Amino acid sequence: MNATALGGLLYRHPKLNLFLLLLPPLLWFGTVYLGSLLALLLQSFYAIDEFTALIVRTPTLATYVQLFSQPANLDIVQRTVTMAVCVTIACALIAWPIAHYMASHARGRVKALFYVAVMLPMWTSYLVKVYAWRLILAKQGIVFWICEHLGLGRALEALLSTPGIGGPSLASSYLGMFIVFVYMWLPFMILPLAAALERVPASLLQAAADLGARPGQILRQIVLPLALPGIAAGSVFTFSLTLGDYIIPNVVGAPGYFIGMMVYQQQGTAGNIPLAAAFSVVPIVLIAVYLALARRAGAFDAL
Amino acid sequence: MRSEVQRVAPWNRPSLGGRVAAWAGLAFMHFPVFVIVLYAFTTEDRTYQFPPPGLTLHWFADAAAREDIWAALRLSLGVASMATLLSLALGTLAALGLARQTFPGRDALTVLFVLPIALPGILTGIALLSAIKLAGLDPSFWTIVAGHATFCIVIVYNNVVARLRRLPASWMEASADLGAGRLQTFRLIVLPQLASALLAGGMLAFALSFDEIIVTLFTAGHQQTLPIWFYGELFRPRNRPITNVVAVAVIAITVIPIVLAYYLTRRDEESG
Amino acid sequence: MRALQPLGDRLCRRDGRALTITTAIEFRAVTRSFGATRAVNGVSLSIAAGEFFSVLGPSGSGKTTCLRLIAGFDLPDAGEVLLAGRDVSSVPPHDRDVNTVFQDYALFPHMNVLSNVAYGLKVRGVVPSEREQRAREALAMVKLKEFGERWPAQLSGGQKQRVALARALVNRPKVLLLDEPLGALDLKLREEMQIELKSLQRTLGITFVYVTHDQGEALSMSDRVAVLDRGRIEQLAAPRVLYEQPATAFVARFVGSSNVIGGELARRLTGSAQAFAVRAERIVALAANAALPAGHVECQGELLDVQYHGASSRWQVQCEGLVIAAEPRDAEAAQVGSKVRLAWPHSAMVRLAADAA
Repeated sequence: MNATALGGLLYRHPKLNLFLLLLPPLLWFGTVYLGSLLALLLQSFYAIDEFTALIVRTPTLATYVQLFSQPANLDIVQRTVTMAVCVTIACALIAWPIAHYMASHARGRVKALFYVAVMLPMWTSYLVKVYAWRLILAKQGIVFWICEHLGLGRALEALLSTPGIGGPSLASSYLGMFIVFVYMWLPFMILPLAAALERVPASLLQAAADLGARPGQILRQIVLPLALPGIAAGSVFTFSLTLGDYIIPNVVGAPGYFIGMMVYQQQGTAGNIPLAAAFSVVPIVLIAVYLALARRAGAFDAL
Repeated sequence: MRSEVQRVAPWNRPSLGGRVAAWAGLAFMHFPVFVIVLYAFTTEDRTYQFPPPGLTLHWFADAAAREDIWAALRLSLGVASMATLLSLALGTLAALGLARQTFPGRDALTVLFVLPIALPGILTGIALLSAIKLAGLDPSFWTIVAGHATFCIVIVYNNVVARLRRLPASWMEASADLGAGRLQTFRLIVLPQLASALLAGGMLAFALSFDEIIVTLFTAGHQQTLPIWFYGELFRPRNRPITNVVAVAVIAITVIPIVLAYYLTRRDEESG
Repeated sequence: MRALQPLGDRLCRRDGRALTITTAIEFRAVTRSFGATRAVNGVSLSIAAGEFFSVLGPSGSGKTTCLRLIAGFDLPDAGEVLLAGRDVSSVPPHDRDVNTVFQDYALFPHMNVLSNVAYGLKVRGVVPSEREQRAREALAMVKLKEFGERWPAQLSGGQKQRVALARALVNRPKVLLLDEPLGALDLKLREEMQIELKSLQRTLGITFVYVTHDQGEALSMSDRVAVLDRGRIEQLAAPRVLYEQPATAFVARFVGSSNVIGGELARRLTGSAQAFAVRAERIVALAANAALPAGHVECQGELLDVQYHGASSRWQVQCEGLVIAAEPRDAEAAQVGSKVRLAWPHSAMVRLAADAA
């Protein structure tokens, strides 16, 4: 088939053209990514033989039973989800003033500066940021120094001895982890929120004022509901990123395990890939549920 | 600044508290990086004492003498380059296919391409590792590249598809009308227009790959990319400022392409 | 010399010389749908080589789709499109001997004017020296000889238009398609360009297919016009025929502005209820006591509105349930609300085909 005949064929059948274009990336994704993901999830239906520590490749639900029956495992899941929810709420609260200012009040050069300034930390090296917080939260580090000088030393100690929040030091406590998570995902909340706020037409606010609403009312009744899809979109990131992370709990973590760490450990030293796979399914299901909820709140239009 | 505030309508003026909160938030987001840079100069090498007891430059020299750092850097640069090339090719193909045509399953495909970034990295990492083992391979340079390319594809795809959608269909029709075949049209008309998007996407992909740790920990076996080296150092009590020096270098290497990519995309949007 | 082959009696030959007429483009029952809408619905037509052919219609009538079918950017769902007698359904746009002037000009921003114009030659492998020479000739033809080194972003709308024209013409196509090329230009420029286009077509002798929604443009430039509405040809004829003998109510209303009179008034005046058209400018106003001239019919009504246009005034008159537009010359100034008498000759009435107007 010579070139013109091929050209004519592709012309009459544009779908063929499309297929040829998409074939390489689809092949790659199909084999490398989807294939390995399915292979992993498949393993969650196997179990590990307790005596030989080898994987028994017969389909069974035993691993899932093990996952859900042991209270320690349930603790892990609950701990991770709680942290994800808290981080999401905190991110939303902190992101709001920044995003609101950026989208509604800043103009010209200040606005551009804000956008670049929010984007830069998002793209700065993940490890460098985690490491930076390790420095900051360390036993004789900046936070400690500030607290001492402000006379808050006692308060800090009290905080650290609270179970569920504290830990041996700030750099290995739930509070520390919480702060780092919030810091890391903040840009992911700010940007969709700012984008959603930008899309609120000024004419709506003017109409509301024209009809007699005060600034506070406008904010609560007009701006906030319209910004909700942006918050939902940002929360998808903060929730799922926290749920799956295993490095931050390792570096800045309290003794308690998180899902990510559990998965890492099970597939590594313990060699229990089925359990690791089963643990991986949990965040997938949770994220899928969260995505469905977020979609209802309009997150997908704001992405 | 004052004139800008005066032009803003009275119901829309930001309160002082609002403005303070915004700038404070911004400062919060940036001060850790300054801390890192500061600690690269401290003389104290065992703890993270603040304020630093003294300042010195000798850690930079020490870091430059470490062969393991250079080896890790070389590996990272190599992996990032290969992953960028691969994702540029595959991402562009995907964008060309999905940019304009609608067909059943198109939305599903878009979701598929985003999955590697949307799902927790640990999943991608473990999935790839078990696939590698199943295939009987050993983790190597190419397994690292494969992992990185998989989520760099969506970065390139996003950039290219956004640019393609702003390309008027009439230009490509005009080119065909004037006698250019498909490949000619792509080479002479589409590619020059895509250049900035490809550059931006490529640079972002490079930065992403260079910085990647979560998936790389699984696909690297015994090899050390710079982030892996870094991660190992996090738990070592000695020579901490060297880690800081490397951190400063990493920031410099990744910030520059990102800022460039941002300005390329902005300039593109403004003129396009 | 072969004998003339008539293409019906509607092809207007201006110079009277014996010509061999070949069909440049033919549509045979062509249908093209987008989803549930039929953009082009069973259209058959035949365009002669060397003709200035216009496709006229409101937006959504399918005229641009027809153009795209000729150029090859769309394929028909049913029927055939033939270029020079050959079915082109498997011929991609770049292999068709057709060039298009796009509505948005579609100049390539990353090439200068000369490179834009030479593009078609470049992709066909013409050597650089010949390319440049022919491109400069084309630019001279559209009176932009000095503009070769400029960039598209530096050009005005009219200049871009002409560069697009040069770019299409430099390839010496058999057919030139123009998709509402003058839409974005102001009135003066538009009129200038109309004259230039017409003279260009006459000089080059190639087939022009011109798509527009402006009936004045179509009438002034074309040898024949196809009037399209909702994917169908309402009438295909020379401009004079379209204007004076509209076939359907749609054509009567769209081309020039006719009154379409049906129902009771038609029955009283003509004896049958079938609608007829009468041009506003053929209607005269009778003084209150004047006799009805021979061969005329009359109706009386109330004057609703007057628009003064200098040489004539445009009246809106309520006559037996219809509003009739009239442009009576030398009519005495009449008051809005007064009773007026309108009359027109039998010959001005054109019977319309019963259509779904």
